[in-house]
Amino acid sequence: MKEILEELKKDEESINTLEGLDEFKVKYTGKKGLITELSINMKSIPNEEKKEYGMKLNELKQEYNRFYEEKKSLLEKAIIDAKLESERIDVTLPSTSIPTGSPSILESVVEDIEEFMMSMGYDVVDGPEVESDKYNFELLNVYKGHPARDAQDTFYVEGDEYLLRSQTSPVQARTMIAKGGNEPIRMICPGKTYRRDNDDATHSHQFTQIEGLVVDKNISLSDLKGTFEVLMKHLFGNDVEVRLRPSFYPFTEPSVELDVSCFSCQGKGCNICKNTGWITICGAGIVHPNVLKMCGYDPSIWTGFAFGFGAERVAMLKYGVEDLRVFYNTDLREMPSFDRKEKDND
Amino acid sequence: MINLSWVKDYIDIEDEDLKELAVKITEAGINVEKVITNNIDHLVVGEIVKCIPHPNSDHMHVCEVNVGSETTQIVCGAKNVREGLKVIVSLPGAKLPNGIEIKKSTLRGVESNGMICAAFEIGLESETEENYKKGIMELDSDAPVGMDAMKYLGLDDTLYELDIHKHRNNDCYYHIGFAYEIGTILNKKVHLPELTFKENKESIQDKISIKLDTEDCTYYTSRIATNITIKDSPDFIQKRLLSVGMRPINNVVDISNYVMLEFGQPLHFFDYQKLGNKIVVRNAKENELITTLDNVERTLSKEDIVITNGKEPVCIAGIMGGLNTDVDDNTKEILIESAIFNPIKTRLSANRHNLKSEASIRMGKGLSYEYTDMALDRACNLLEKYADATILKDSIKVGNIDKTPKKVTFNKEGVNKILGIELTNDNIKTELERLDFPYTENKDEFTVTIPSRRLDIDPYVNDIAEEIGRLYGYQNLSSTLPLEYHKSGEYQGNLKLVKYISKRLRALGLTETINYTLVSPNMAKLFDYEGKEKLVLPNPLSSDKSVIRTSLIPSLLNVYDYNKARKVKDIKIYEIAKTYDKNRNEETKIAMLLSGNYITNTWQGNKEIDFFLVKGIVENLLHSIGLQNRYSFVADKYDDLHPGISASIILDKEIVGLIGRVHPTIKKDDIYVVELSLDKLNKTIKPIKYKASSKYPSIEKDFAFIFKKGIVAKDILDTIKKKGGRLLDNTEVFDIYEGEKINNDEISIAFHLTFQEKERTLTDEEVMQVFNNIISSLEKEYNAILRDK
Repeated sequence: MKEILEELKKDEESINTLEGLDEFKVKYTGKKGLITELSINMKSIPNEEKKEYGMKLNELKQEYNRFYEEKKSLLEKAIIDAKLESERIDVTLPSTSIPTGSPSILESVVEDIEEFMMSMGYDVVDGPEVESDKYNFELLNVYKGHPARDAQDTFYVEGDEYLLRSQTSPVQARTMIAKGGNEPIRMICPGKTYRRDNDDATHSHQFTQIEGLVVDKNISLSDLKGTFEVLMKHLFGNDVEVRLRPSFYPFTEPSVELDVSCFSCQGKGCNICKNTGWITICGAGIVHPNVLKMCGYDPSIWTGFAFGFGAERVAMLKYGVEDLRVFYNTDLREMPSFDRKEKDND
Repeated sequence: MINLSWVKDYIDIEDEDLKELAVKITEAGINVEKVITNNIDHLVVGEIVKCIPHPNSDHMHVCEVNVGSETTQIVCGAKNVREGLKVIVSLPGAKLPNGIEIKKSTLRGVESNGMICAAFEIGLESETEENYKKGIMELDSDAPVGMDAMKYLGLDDTLYELDIHKHRNNDCYYHIGFAYEIGTILNKKVHLPELTFKENKESIQDKISIKLDTEDCTYYTSRIATNITIKDSPDFIQKRLLSVGMRPINNVVDISNYVMLEFGQPLHFFDYQKLGNKIVVRNAKENELITTLDNVERTLSKEDIVITNGKEPVCIAGIMGGLNTDVDDNTKEILIESAIFNPIKTRLSANRHNLKSEASIRMGKGLSYEYTDMALDRACNLLEKYADATILKDSIKVGNIDKTPKKVTFNKEGVNKILGIELTNDNIKTELERLDFPYTENKDEFTVTIPSRRLDIDPYVNDIAEEIGRLYGYQNLSSTLPLEYHKSGEYQGNLKLVKYISKRLRALGLTETINYTLVSPNMAKLFDYEGKEKLVLPNPLSSDKSVIRTSLIPSLLNVYDYNKARKVKDIKIYEIAKTYDKNRNEETKIAMLLSGNYITNTWQGNKEIDFFLVKGIVENLLHSIGLQNRYSFVADKYDDLHPGISASIILDKEIVGLIGRVHPTIKKDDIYVVELSLDKLNKTIKPIKYKASSKYPSIEKDFAFIFKKGIVAKDILDTIKKKGGRLLDNTEVFDIYEGEKINNDEISIAFHLTFQEKERTLTDEEVMQVFNNIISSLEKEYNAILRDK
């Protein structure tokens, strides 16, 4: 038995294939295997020696099993390893492009502003682009013959009654009228607008305006300033400051221009802010009492503020676009950079 | 354009830094876009102390010129150069308006340290042959040598170029109005110019009658000046007009312009002798004729306002006079008109006759009646002084203009509520005084009279709050947010669906585009599958943007071309936009265009876009908005789609859009387009409900049939589904075969069927029964031959 054990150890070292392991199995535990024979011999062992014989035989079997299992898993692993090794790929080869689309540059800005304003309780409202003179001008205190009508150079589509809206303000008028004069309003109305301009780097006959309106019982110019400030911080970072400058519009009184401190040079003066440290974003003001009245709100009870700015202007500032035509001539090579989330505000 | 040295006549700004003042004015709301100074450095008065012919030239001279600090040698080629002449010298370093930079140089071997200037060289005249021939400028003999030349000429003015909002452009575009704005900012009083003159014994009443026969003239004032001498205006008037870009003509014309630039009131002078003794202001008759000062015969319409002599027009009101009454060199007696005409009609008239002028623009913005009166008197004052005029007694003033001053009563709370600040009564008083608005105080109430020059201010507390606010300084406002939060905001109307679909399409790999609503007539003809009548602009900017589109596909085809030209091969785009037909009916549409590869892998191969991929995108979209089992695709023909690769998309039995390959005659490339009416997709849908999958095993069966070509897959699938009943869970097409093994007019389609029951395990027998049922139906209904089972 001792000799068998030694032989077993010797054999075990020399096995390096699964076939070898099978031969090894036959040699020891096959029908005529060495261990099998030892077991058969057990019968012919005198009774008094049987116990010891049995114990030794058991040890031998255990040894064999241990050898066998260890060798087997070792060999199998080697085979798997070899197979996996043969399946190795070059992970640096180019990937398969997963198709996803980008929003238009303007939509990126508009959606961002919409989501922010909705979080502050503003509804997002839509209105017709082919508008009537009544909503585009009349109800906004721009009476017939007002110089603003001349200068805005509107696309009339039918006589002087219908036009392509020159601003999104008619949606404000429509909203006020729909609310019936007894409900507070918080809304923005982004949308397409049209003016008679020839298209070039800084003019576009079609553009996107984002206007907003708040009507309530205690609305002041300070509320406008605060609202504009949080929006600008959202868009351009928490470090920017805002400033109001007096201005004049027919539909607001007082009227202001809203500037944001230059986020590029932090107010020191650069190309973007034309060395003034400030960038004009927005025209705004307290809703003119005439407008409130015409749209069904009693100006002695209600006050409101309204503001409006160009999505193109924000997009140009935010993303460094220098030509307005970029927004309306989609160059698909430029779009993938907009297929991602915005940088979070620090 | 405002000349600041002119403004000094009316307000003391002698000690102000004009650049700083411009900033203050801008901060208070009037945008000073540019501060212009006419100064030219190194330009001085010089005296030619010696002048000898140039040794190497037959026309040039070498001059010794005393420029104050030194005497320097300058070569000059002008004919009129001579010893003893006082001239304008540009010394090295001077930059002249025409771009020439003066340097030390050598002219034909003689050193020259500057240039003796002609008027055109320093920007006083235009650069013409004629002005060139005039030679160098000859100054008066008492001109002080060494003095800054522009200062000597009285041209060292500072000018402001303004960019004013429509609202304020009537009162800030004339010098007295602008002086008031400065007075408000600096808290200084304005002094009006001299308005007095002597009156003759003879009265205007005996010389002319004036009648207004139209509502469009609200105020007409007039005086007569006689014995006038036409000559050049005094220097200061000429220079001031020049400085703001107006050409001096003669004293009379210049005075009318000068007064307009002072008071903003356009004046018109008629030759009284030519005019006769009658004025009737009325609306023109249709096709009435007038030859205007510029010698053009103009046809008038009822919309024009005219001044007539009782018979024929002598002036288009507020725009241009007639040649029949013009002031010429022989004019001795003039009738001065200072009037207010309907601003809107005047503006439209000026546009119609293409006669925009300083006067018509001002008339078109509206005028203050107080200044109409003052301008009349001011003109008389100046005519007396500078045209030797005698002014007849009395004036004629007619018209029904409302002279009641606009008043507004308010208290400090009203102002504070609007501005969101805490002003005291004293604060308000200070600002009203700065504004020079007369007011009375009664306990806590202010009543303010709005000066007539401020046409932009209406009698509302808002208007007063604005004036006070801009002076108080908006930088002093605090930032607050509106209180009384009601609810969170939401997308209204179909915007929610628009945004959802837009995001879904992006997730499906399409990139959003925004295109122009206005298209060319040719574009409008493409994909005009609905045959909607178009809304065409009567007055477009250009014909390529003259029609409001009813389909978005042509715009996407433009984007396709634009990108293809830039070598972009895989194009997957969409647009969502509103369209309008002739009756202004609105329809929001979704259009998609796909071409090239959908999935790309440069070395493993690509997934090319074909009809079925695009169909898959549409189905995915429709599922995503809850419309599964409600739509179908039906082969259909559209003019601009490939006749064999096109379909209508049907939802709830209504056509909601089309899909197909673009007709090869339009684009030979393999391009697929889809257009859907978003409005028609906005349906009521069922809520989402959880559906547990079956816990019991399914049984799967395959079969293939040979059909005659021309069969519609949807019909077969419908039959299978119908016959499969409740047990049939899913059907897939897993192979389509056409080729050698079957006849030419045949097609083999293989199906994979999955049977399942939710509550129990199916038996083979019951499945076989259904399966055989399906087979026999297909054989019967379609003459199909079972090929494989």
